[in-house]
Amino acid sequence: MARIKISVIKQRLKGRLKVKEETRNFYNGIFIDLGELILFTGKVIRQFFQPPFEFRELIKHSFLLGNKSLALVGVTGFIMGLVLTMQMNPILTDFGAQTLLPGVIAVSMIRELGPVITGLICAGKLSSGIGAEIAAMTVTEQIDAMEVSGSRPLSFVVASRVLATTLVVPVLVIFADAFSLLGAFLAVNIFESMPFTLFINLSFSMLDFVDLLPATLKTVFFGFFIGLIGCYKGYTAGRGTESVGHAANTAVVASSLTIFVIDLIFVLITSIL
Amino acid sequence: MEKENVIVVNNMYKSFKHNDILKGISLTLQKGENLGVVGKSGIGKSVLIKCIVRLIEPDRGEVDVLGTNILKCNDIELNEIRKKVGYLFQGGALYDSMSVRENLLFPIRRTQFVDKMHDAQELIEGSLRSVGLIDAIDKMPSELSGGMKKRIALARTLILKPDIILYDEPTTGLDAVTSGEISELIIKIREEYNTASIIITHDMKCAKIATDSIKIMKDGRFLEQGTYDQLSRSEEKEIRDYFI
Repeated sequence: MARIKISVIKQRLKGRLKVKEETRNFYNGIFIDLGELILFTGKVIRQFFQPPFEFRELIKHSFLLGNKSLALVGVTGFIMGLVLTMQMNPILTDFGAQTLLPGVIAVSMIRELGPVITGLICAGKLSSGIGAEIAAMTVTEQIDAMEVSGSRPLSFVVASRVLATTLVVPVLVIFADAFSLLGAFLAVNIFESMPFTLFINLSFSMLDFVDLLPATLKTVFFGFFIGLIGCYKGYTAGRGTESVGHAANTAVVASSLTIFVIDLIFVLITSIL
Repeated sequence: MEKENVIVVNNMYKSFKHNDILKGISLTLQKGENLGVVGKSGIGKSVLIKCIVRLIEPDRGEVDVLGTNILKCNDIELNEIRKKVGYLFQGGALYDSMSVRENLLFPIRRTQFVDKMHDAQELIEGSLRSVGLIDAIDKMPSELSGGMKKRIALARTLILKPDIILYDEPTTGLDAVTSGEISELIIKIREEYNTASIIITHDMKCAKIATDSIKIMKDGRFLEQGTYDQLSRSEEKEIRDYFI
């Protein structure tokens, strides 16, 4: 009897220790990942200034990545503008502030919703795509082949993609903002007739230069980290085929989270300033 | 006259987590020599040559490549050494988004090996002729057979005119005829380009054709060294078993 009890206790203790070790490994993993990402970022930034520069790759990836997301971002922006206007209209009408509607929509879309939602779409589409593509190259030893021939894959494969997303995401955000205003214009005209020029004037009446600058600047950071995290996850992928899916998946999660963190930092900075 | 040593590995150790793969490996490769490393799958043969070019960092030991201790090199010095060391990967590792021509042009362009495009084209065609696949110049890797991929990968390795080539299972996954052709090609390349090579294989036919001497690897150490004939007639059954 006593023996059974001791063995049960031992087993439970073993189980607890295992859970403890797994938890510790999980948290250690996060910090190790973060440290490696910082080192990786430093290496990638160094590649921006080291020849040979891959302008052709940069243009190719900018076109491919931008073109790939243009329709999705446009449609999402349009629907966001439309839905937001339809939701806001009755509320503002109750307060007799219907004329503020275009301005409120413009501020919320251009300052916050446009960049964040486009950022999240790009995190889902671009970061995962980049992560999977580079992970597949890692699994099939293409990255090693570049490395071993002294061809500096960090510059050719990574730096060109990171620069491409850094350039493309702000453009996509502007595109999404424009389409959201079109959606809002359509929604406003469902309730009442408003000329386009008046709608635009009212929209921008509530926006200042200080609204546009941080909103655009943060999208540059969104783009940089979307590309960087996708590349990092692909570059550090394991050797099995399952690591391709894992790289894509973790790239989406990490870059989506990073977008919220960057957004929070920018909101805090702009509120202080 | 004693030949120049191009690779000297001294007492190298490597482990992954708690799994010891290399346990004090030492080897010397001389100029113009083809050294075979044979052993069962998963015993760390590929890890050994990956450590030689620092694709994997060894835990301990010394690795001298062309007179430079590569474990003490910075990134720039390491890249310079790597340009002189060709590496043929098990699966070929061709860049699948590029045509054969672009695959061969890539290392030239990236390492600025030649200045003029005209010279690059000559090098590409010369390299493809060496492996007998000049007709495949505008094909994509997906259009090539396994043997062709290996040959193109070899042509890409040759394009930077390396002093050393590391072959990782050059005949794996190929039929007997193609394996024989690849093995003959390894010899032809040594004569044409005056390279020294380490050939990782468990294909004894390839080891017989392509190597001057063979090291047998077991449990992270070298068990025995000799020529194919010496080892295949060894008194120890364990050694002879590798040649059945």
